[in-house]
Amino acid sequence: MSEIAFGSDKSELISFRIGEQEFCVDIMAVREIRGWTPATPVPHSPTYVRGVINLRGAVLPVIDLAARLGLGVAEATARHVIIVVQIGRRQMGLLVDAVCDILSTADHAVQKTPDVASDSTTQFVRGLIAMEGRMISLIDLACVLDEREAEAA
Amino acid sequence: MDPMEAIRVTFFQECEELLAQLEEGLLAMEQGEHDAETINSVFRAVHSIKGGGGAFGLDPLVRFAHVFENLLDQIRGGVTEAGHEVIAALLRASDMLADHVSAARDGGTADEARSDAIAAALVALTEGEAHGGDEAAPAEFEGLSFTPMTVALDDEPAGAAQAAWIIRFKPHASLYNKANDAVLVLRELGSLGRIEVEVDAEAVPLLDAMDPEGAYLDWTVRLTGEADEAAVREVFSFVDEDCDLDIAAADAAPDAAIDLLSSLLAIGTAGAEAPPLLAPAIEDIIAAAPAGAPGKAETAPAKAAESAALPAPQTIRVDLERVDRLINLVGELVINQAMLAQRVMESSGAGQASDVNLALADLEHLTRGIQDSVMAIRAQPVKSVFQRMPRLVREVGEAVGKRVRLVTEGENTEVDKTVVERLSEPITHMIRNAIDHGLESPADREAAGKPAEGSVRLTAGHRSGRIVIEVSDDGKGVDRARVKAKAIEKGLIAADAVLTDEEIDNLIFLPGFSTAAAISDISGRGVGMDVVKKSVQALGGRISISSQPGQGSRFTMSLPLTLAVLDGMVVSVGDQTLVAPLTAIVESLKPRPEEVRPLGPDNFVLQIRDVYVPLIDIGQAMGFSRTRVDPTEGVALLVESEGAGRVALMVDNIQGQRQVVIKSLEANYRPTEGVAAATILGDGRVALILDIDGVVTANRRVANRRDPPAREPLARTGT
Repeated sequence: MSEIAFGSDKSELISFRIGEQEFCVDIMAVREIRGWTPATPVPHSPTYVRGVINLRGAVLPVIDLAARLGLGVAEATARHVIIVVQIGRRQMGLLVDAVCDILSTADHAVQKTPDVASDSTTQFVRGLIAMEGRMISLIDLACVLDEREAEAA
Repeated sequence: MDPMEAIRVTFFQECEELLAQLEEGLLAMEQGEHDAETINSVFRAVHSIKGGGGAFGLDPLVRFAHVFENLLDQIRGGVTEAGHEVIAALLRASDMLADHVSAARDGGTADEARSDAIAAALVALTEGEAHGGDEAAPAEFEGLSFTPMTVALDDEPAGAAQAAWIIRFKPHASLYNKANDAVLVLRELGSLGRIEVEVDAEAVPLLDAMDPEGAYLDWTVRLTGEADEAAVREVFSFVDEDCDLDIAAADAAPDAAIDLLSSLLAIGTAGAEAPPLLAPAIEDIIAAAPAGAPGKAETAPAKAAESAALPAPQTIRVDLERVDRLINLVGELVINQAMLAQRVMESSGAGQASDVNLALADLEHLTRGIQDSVMAIRAQPVKSVFQRMPRLVREVGEAVGKRVRLVTEGENTEVDKTVVERLSEPITHMIRNAIDHGLESPADREAAGKPAEGSVRLTAGHRSGRIVIEVSDDGKGVDRARVKAKAIEKGLIAADAVLTDEEIDNLIFLPGFSTAAAISDISGRGVGMDVVKKSVQALGGRISISSQPGQGSRFTMSLPLTLAVLDGMVVSVGDQTLVAPLTAIVESLKPRPEEVRPLGPDNFVLQIRDVYVPLIDIGQAMGFSRTRVDPTEGVALLVESEGAGRVALMVDNIQGQRQVVIKSLEANYRPTEGVAAATILGDGRVALILDIDGVVTANRRVANRRDPPAREPLARTGT
């Protein structure tokens, strides 16, 4: 689900902003986008798990993507947005600052992540896309709520 | 699923029901009910299984069922008396038949040797009682072979030993309602010999007075052939309650009568043509019925009856998934309704918009009603579990050489399907335990002045919103001296421990406890009552034992009626709202300053009527807050925990008692210590449901970490 469909050479992506940086995920994994609602914290959870919210009767964990990427804990406001994504059989919400755009990009336009940044960011970035002078990092959703990772945190 | 497979699935579903019906009937016979209805229902059950099995080519099953059926047929005909020994054989045969069915379903083979042995016993009983030529032969009616057969109207009678029967057959409307069909019966008769059929359509009213589901035709059949009366009655075995039937020998019938019959044949050739009077009515019915309704006089009303509602209670099979979806939707409706009510309250002051409030109150009533009805859909009687127990009792009794009578009560007590499914294991274990450990051997029983046959009672009932299931026996009771010795030997209690009788009885629930002197095949495989206790607790239930030496013991388990909703105490801790399961809460109290005593640097105990219990601050244990609630400001919930006995949990406030819908936290996230599940409150927010034992363990770990001077940030306490 989280993989880009490599069968076709074009992918649709949703891009969003965290602080000054722009990221994107495959649009096929996105179920819906909704405004921020206060989450119920879950005890014994890593700091990047903001808690759980009610998504029409289902209990949905919300990941603070900024915290997950090591960019600092976001101060959630009404202007923040939750992107609901499907990863395997699970759904989860990603807390981001704002949704920017829907992009269409060719697969070969995704560049390999240069080996520079700290681990906490690069391990979730599958590649970089240059678009109209902006740099957009493609998030690897499968790693975002990795069980072992979550246990260790 | 291909159609054949679908039919197969349906067949096995029906087999389950028929086997249950069979066993129920046999047990009724064991109790001394020998009326025709009971015996017939038993016979029909076996017959239907055999018929269906034949259609699927399940030969071992059919062979066995055939032998079984022969004996039942003799009992039905009064040839064999259904004495104690016969019933016992029949019960064994019904167990075997169930084995055959499950073997056929799962593609395996049943225990052939056992099957043959039981079949031989049945044959012995059948032949032992059958005198001479009295042998009724249902073999001529092999299975439910509804293959169309030519009605042998023009066959010349063959052979000299001819018998003739005049059969008057007047179906009732109920015959068609059960989807039987007169034409099939007539065809079956046709297979026995030469038949001449006369239909009497006199009773058919005019169209405006006619009930399309009524039965107005009757037939007179003259049967010539070798068939004896039993064979003729056999044809009617499925319908004999739903028709007027008169079978008479026709030897004395004058030839004139035959001539009359032949002349009448013109109107009703085996009923295949509609009598003129009926024709318009049939056209009407065909027009009204969906396409494909056959144009035969008898089948049309039957088909119409199938699609129409019956006055008798009807059931339908529904995919469980659909019901679950409905329950989920209704759960959300309830939450939504509560949210709406809360919003209206917030936006309009009291008194204002009272019309809206009234409508909202109505809505609340309706949603409650819908919720209750939907829950009732899933509610099932515990009968399905109880029915499996007689067999268990027979087998266990045989294995340990004890005579046991099982008495069941309250098998119509209803409980949610999810609970019913999970009842079987603890009940099975408790019954095994009662027979193996509870009851004495027949010799010991007689020595103690009790009847040699032991009795085990299994009862179910509703008590204060829970289902209570009891298994009691009239055996020797718990051998307290031995239990205590064993517990000391296994190091479960200290050698000098002073225990009350009740405490000793409850030792048997401790893990790794098993008192059977020799480890038997039945119970005591190292797993014991602790497993029962675990599975009961997993269902949110409790189990206890009470015992009277020499008179028996009684296990009582109480379970919630459903696993979909939970009665909870809604509490606030810091700025969080949590739900504590009501079943765990013993009482709630506001501690007075003098009742709270420090113990060690960071721990407190609470004095409740001379007993000190550990005081756990939920906010701290769960990592919601770093500071401890001032015990005199908050409320203490006294709860029963598994590992630590009674514990007092400190919360800021109690908001109230509420029934909450249980939502899984694991579905999208992962299991979390101290949290059993989640729910959604009226304001639309998620609240966590506490797992009391988890909180206690979590607290222990937090407290251990707290001991060293350097404190860790609690919010990051990982698992």
